[in-house]
Amino acid sequence: MRERVVANLSVLPLHGQGSASVTWWGTLAFMLIEGTGFALILAIYFYLADTAPEWPLGAPSPDLGPGSATTAILIASLLPNYLILRWAAQEQLTKVRIGLVVMLLFGIAPLVVRIFEFPALHASWDTNAYGSITWTLLGLHTTHLITDLVDTLVLAALIFTRHGRNKRRLGDVEDNALYWYFVVVTWLPIYGVLYWGPRL
Amino acid sequence: MSGARDTAAVLDSDLAAGALERQLGVTWRTPAGVLGWLATVDHKMVGRRYIVTAFVFLLLGGLLALLMRAQLARPENRLVGPDLYNQLFTMHGANMMFLFAVPVMEAVAVYIVPLMVGTRNIAFPRLNAFSYWIYLAGGIMLWSALALDMAPDVGWFAYVPLSGPQYGSGKRADIWAQMITFTEPSALAVAVEIVVTALKQRAPGMSLDRISLFVWSMLVTSFLIILAMPAIVVASTALILDRLVGTHFFNLAEGGDVLLWQHLFWFFGHPEVYIIFLPAVGMISTIIPTFASRPIFVYLALVLAVIATGILSFGLWVHHMFATGLPRLGESFFTASSMAIAVPNGIQIFCWLATLWHGRPIFATPLLFVLAFFVTFVIGGLTGIMVASVPLDTQVHDTYFVVAHFHYVLIGGAVFPLMGAIYYWYPKFVGRSMSERCGRWIVALVFIGFNLTFFPMHWLGLVGMPRRIYTYQTDMGWGSTNLFISLSALILAAGFLLFFVDAIRSAWYGPIAGANPWDAATLEWATSSPPPSYNFAHIPVVGSANPLWDDREALPVAAGLDAARRELIVSSVAEARPEARESSPQNSIWPLLTAVATTMMLISSIFTPWAVIWGSIPVAAAVIGWFWPKGTPEDEA
Repeated sequence: MRERVVANLSVLPLHGQGSASVTWWGTLAFMLIEGTGFALILAIYFYLADTAPEWPLGAPSPDLGPGSATTAILIASLLPNYLILRWAAQEQLTKVRIGLVVMLLFGIAPLVVRIFEFPALHASWDTNAYGSITWTLLGLHTTHLITDLVDTLVLAALIFTRHGRNKRRLGDVEDNALYWYFVVVTWLPIYGVLYWGPRL
Repeated sequence: MSGARDTAAVLDSDLAAGALERQLGVTWRTPAGVLGWLATVDHKMVGRRYIVTAFVFLLLGGLLALLMRAQLARPENRLVGPDLYNQLFTMHGANMMFLFAVPVMEAVAVYIVPLMVGTRNIAFPRLNAFSYWIYLAGGIMLWSALALDMAPDVGWFAYVPLSGPQYGSGKRADIWAQMITFTEPSALAVAVEIVVTALKQRAPGMSLDRISLFVWSMLVTSFLIILAMPAIVVASTALILDRLVGTHFFNLAEGGDVLLWQHLFWFFGHPEVYIIFLPAVGMISTIIPTFASRPIFVYLALVLAVIATGILSFGLWVHHMFATGLPRLGESFFTASSMAIAVPNGIQIFCWLATLWHGRPIFATPLLFVLAFFVTFVIGGLTGIMVASVPLDTQVHDTYFVVAHFHYVLIGGAVFPLMGAIYYWYPKFVGRSMSERCGRWIVALVFIGFNLTFFPMHWLGLVGMPRRIYTYQTDMGWGSTNLFISLSALILAAGFLLFFVDAIRSAWYGPIAGANPWDAATLEWATSSPPPSYNFAHIPVVGSANPLWDDREALPVAAGLDAARRELIVSSVAEARPEARESSPQNSIWPLLTAVATTMMLISSIFTPWAVIWGSIPVAAAVIGWFWPKGTPEDEA
């Protein structure tokens, strides 16, 4: 079939930013998948709590200390996360580099506290169904934290190399920051259910 | 602050016609040789191997079905023992659902959707390559297990407690759960690619009301996958945790619950039916206008019907659990919603009939398959309404009536349209056409063989023959009907055999097909058959839902793209306004390496949970290798 040129697109940018980037949409889609997974696991929690004669099963309510500390750290991390999004949008490379290092620390801190969270549940994964579901919820969110930490680590290493001077990398930084929001936002209902649910 | 350019940009508008194709061919090519083949990210090559692999699994699953029919052909037969029979029906179901039906529909979409929306590659092409490799690995693992006599034997839905640590000894149920861990991420990855391709990579001007109906169906299907498949991943993870590390999700004695498994499984399992059926709807909606030589009757009604079916499919799962004694009110709700879903499906059927009625139908093989679909699917739909009612379902639950019903909807509703779609798109895939004469024989054999095989099963179910039994006594009086069914299955098998023979033979001896042999209206026919690596020399510009029927002389296109880097158009979601000239990734071996590392981790974890820890290190290394920039023009911004 013959072709008839009706438009010239040479003026378009060589890389889409924000919602014009396919990675941005891919990140959203993966959040939807993981969000559905977390919602289902919370549903299992409520299902098991509903069928159980008492809840928590054969254990006192979990200690509030370590979980609340994690929550505080994650909420505090929202500020540097917000700043890094802004710096990336403004293409301020030096500030982005510093910001990524700060975010690395905010990635490690909740993992350290997490070590104390598991014993604070007062039930092991193989004690009963209560232990199983609480360990799974906490374990899954821990996996979330670890994968994001590795992701941030690789990105931080990359941003200090010659590859850092590239709009595409700043787009990656934005997607990574977007994902961190998701990590924090999914934690809040998990925190509420795990620590405050048994107290209601 | 753009990176230093390694190569100079070569705008397509500066190149003469022949030179442009040469330059694009260099930029988008998959190098010859084994390494090139393993590293390709071309959606057409990945899609083609996906389709071929899925059909190999269909063939294998069909052989298992024939073996089961041979065993059931007469009472108290000793061909297959109970233990092997359990493995056979579990393998047949799991293979057909997880290794054939869902992957083959996604596979066709991987090939066709990017062409239909007028782009040069699927979104996230490396993820696409990865998804194929882990799908292949999961399939090989499952079939190797059968060869080692350790295939799953707990039914394709692996109900607890049968599949739990107490009854499911050995590794059989773990193989089932881990097969899920391979195939579902693979399906989820393709779903994400389809969503982003359909929403963000459409040709300029292809607004939401101009998307072809197959793309609409795949978009809705992909959302179903994204929202339903996490349920089976969560369920199988909980099962494997119960089995390997001693959690108690499904252990009644320690506060777990067995019905929890059924809720999770069917929350996935019912949308799963529509994950298989909706792509078929899209295929039918594509085939009918082409062979009726007119646009589809009420496009909007069909789009809304597909969306409505997708939403309603999440409100049906409990109708698989009517026999478990749930509260009456809940059962009534799920009966009502099971009947409600017949409404959008009915609308679709009438829109298709109206399109044929007002058109000048050409009865070529693809359309004949659609007609076979109509008859078969309507019968399956009617028995579906029957089993949606609690008293009837309680009577026929776990009998051959249900076996008949779901084969009518799955084979009639999805496999017939799929075979029609293969006849329809084969010229695009291969550049040659399949045989029209063979095609007519295949439709006849498959349609007649299918109905003779499965219709009598309704009767068998009504007189009480249960599913999943390896034999039955002579005095039950089921012998002659079963013999009739087994013989009829041979007719059905002959039809499929002829289909495979024709598909293979036509690749070498079929008549050469032009770019648009059916005079169809959608964009995949605007390029040569098979399409070049870059799909379109210029990205098409679209002005209606039937772009190739607007102007049969010339295709409106856009210029101004760089031919020296892999470049495509990212456009806005609603109106498909061009937003950026985005790059598309180069070929890479890393998706394969990541899949190999993932496979090692998943298979080892069947034997020790610690494999998840040490196995994740090579996976992480491979993923880092995958994403580390290689300094190609595609990395520029």
